[in-house]
Amino acid sequence: MTYLHWRKFKNIAFHASLYLAAVIVLLPLFLIVSYVFKMGASSLNLDFFLAFPKPVGEVGGGMRHAITGTLYLVAIASIISIPTGLLCGIYLSEFGKGKVATLLKFSIDMLTGVPSIIIGIFAYILIVVPLKGFSAMAGGVALSIIILPIVCRSTEEILKLIPQHIREAGLALGLPRWRVILNIVVKGNLSSLITGVMLAISRAAGETAPLLFTSFGNMYLSYRIDEPMASLPVQIYNYAISPFDDWRRQAWAGAFVLITIVLGINLLSRLLVKLGSLRHLIRRGIK
Amino acid sequence: MVRDIENVQNSFSTENNGNISKKKSFLTYGEQDKFAYFLLKLIASLVIILLLGMIAMLLNSSLPAIKEFGIGFAFNDNWNPVEDEFGALAFLFGTLVTSALAIMIAAPLSISVAVFINEILPTKLGKLISLFVEMIAAIPSIVFGLWGIFFLGPFVKDVLTPFLKSNFGFLPLFQGASFGIGILTASIILAIMITPTITSICREVLKTVPKIQKEAALALGATRFEMIKIALIKPSFSGLTGGVVLGLGRALGETMAVAMVIGNSPTITASLFSPAATMASVIANEYAEADSDLHLSAMCYIGLLLFLVTFIVNSFARAIVWKKQRKARG
Repeated sequence: MTYLHWRKFKNIAFHASLYLAAVIVLLPLFLIVSYVFKMGASSLNLDFFLAFPKPVGEVGGGMRHAITGTLYLVAIASIISIPTGLLCGIYLSEFGKGKVATLLKFSIDMLTGVPSIIIGIFAYILIVVPLKGFSAMAGGVALSIIILPIVCRSTEEILKLIPQHIREAGLALGLPRWRVILNIVVKGNLSSLITGVMLAISRAAGETAPLLFTSFGNMYLSYRIDEPMASLPVQIYNYAISPFDDWRRQAWAGAFVLITIVLGINLLSRLLVKLGSLRHLIRRGIK
Repeated sequence: MVRDIENVQNSFSTENNGNISKKKSFLTYGEQDKFAYFLLKLIASLVIILLLGMIAMLLNSSLPAIKEFGIGFAFNDNWNPVEDEFGALAFLFGTLVTSALAIMIAAPLSISVAVFINEILPTKLGKLISLFVEMIAAIPSIVFGLWGIFFLGPFVKDVLTPFLKSNFGFLPLFQGASFGIGILTASIILAIMITPTITSICREVLKTVPKIQKEAALALGATRFEMIKIALIKPSFSGLTGGVVLGLGRALGETMAVAMVIGNSPTITASLFSPAATMASVIANEYAEADSDLHLSAMCYIGLLLFLVTFIVNSFARAIVWKKQRKARG
């Protein structure tokens, strides 16, 4: 074998190994999704959405309380962190200079890297200890701290892409700066901003670790903010490590619902971006 | 440029304030802007205070444990809540071993996939593949855990363990009984979870390599493999390292999936088949049930250590990636 052949052989082997790597990386995704769909679809029924848990040992029941709880907790988190995150993102992209902005950037970077379990400890110390009990409030706050950096980051990235001359045009029309930001910069990019928010919400819906000792979970429907509240991920966790077959079946059904919600929101928001840019292109084409 | 226009704007609007905007508002445009800026700055400061408060509170609640055990906490492998004796060595060990193993599995795969998507595949197909890779990151970790218990665990026990034992059984790493849950299973799950993070950062890094450089290598007669080795991987090596280290940061803090498949026993063994516990998994398992104050405080101490480790790892990675990107911009 000549040297040239050897080089060509190495090239082919390299390509083959790249294809192999791609297959190995994508294989778990299909294994997980197909396994969850297989196990989940067979254990899913209407009761799962409408019924409450039965006492230990009895077959049947559902997770209505947990689904409601997850929606409730995500709503609390959204109310707290979406306005805050949007405003922080606007601050970073529009006034991104100076000491406060640098510090904020650093803080957001750090908050992104903090493990979610530590945010759970923080919410525990901040809210559970003073109130002397697990509460939905604590869970909501923990989730809000987790999604705050995501909302802020995506807002900053999106607003930074807007060309400077658009802002200058607004200012030249005689608008005050805050109106330029609100009516031109933010309003004009609302669909991409919503995408960032939706991605953050899908992240919050799937978080488990910080909820274990903040909202804790219970077995009945509750709407009170100062009492423990069930959530889909925590309920799946509790059922998954239980010895009862029927509870495990329900854990699979829960995982099926959760993965459908989370991947659904994720794909939907990406689709929105694509549709938005498509519309933009068409409009530009007509002109 | 904007500043100048804004200044002109402000003076303009202040001058005309009398006859234009008096009817509607009691503030001049300049004052309105100042107010808006102040409001944004206030919220930004609140977020900064939140982070500082988080560190302070974590430190404050771990004080009793720090006073009781001192630095030796991190080098003591005795964890006994019943006797109120606490040491974090076993958890440090578990966290480091699972993360290191996960990185060893995930780093070569992720970098290969990043090269594959950026260099080999046509743009459209590459986008589709990268969408799939990003979908892995979107799967909630509880689902990973569930899949780990019921699918990956049995797979490791029935397929992977006999294979490793018969081929590499002479190593102490692959000795002992396997129950399906343990360090190896946790590491595989972690590797799957951090792959999307590393891949997306490596793709960003590889994109910053100028096209001319690649074409020059090809023009010299290099094969595709040689071009990628010389013109792509070598100059962006530090950036790729940054991506891998960021993946490590994610692996260190991952909680639920690991807690469900690692077996949660604070032991230090050489075998990869044996159960262990990580810093995050012990907090997830025991925090809600801890009844003694020292127990809670010891777990806050572990949280503090975990926070420090992830902070150092993340800052290190960010410093590398930032430096790289700044250099690429010129």
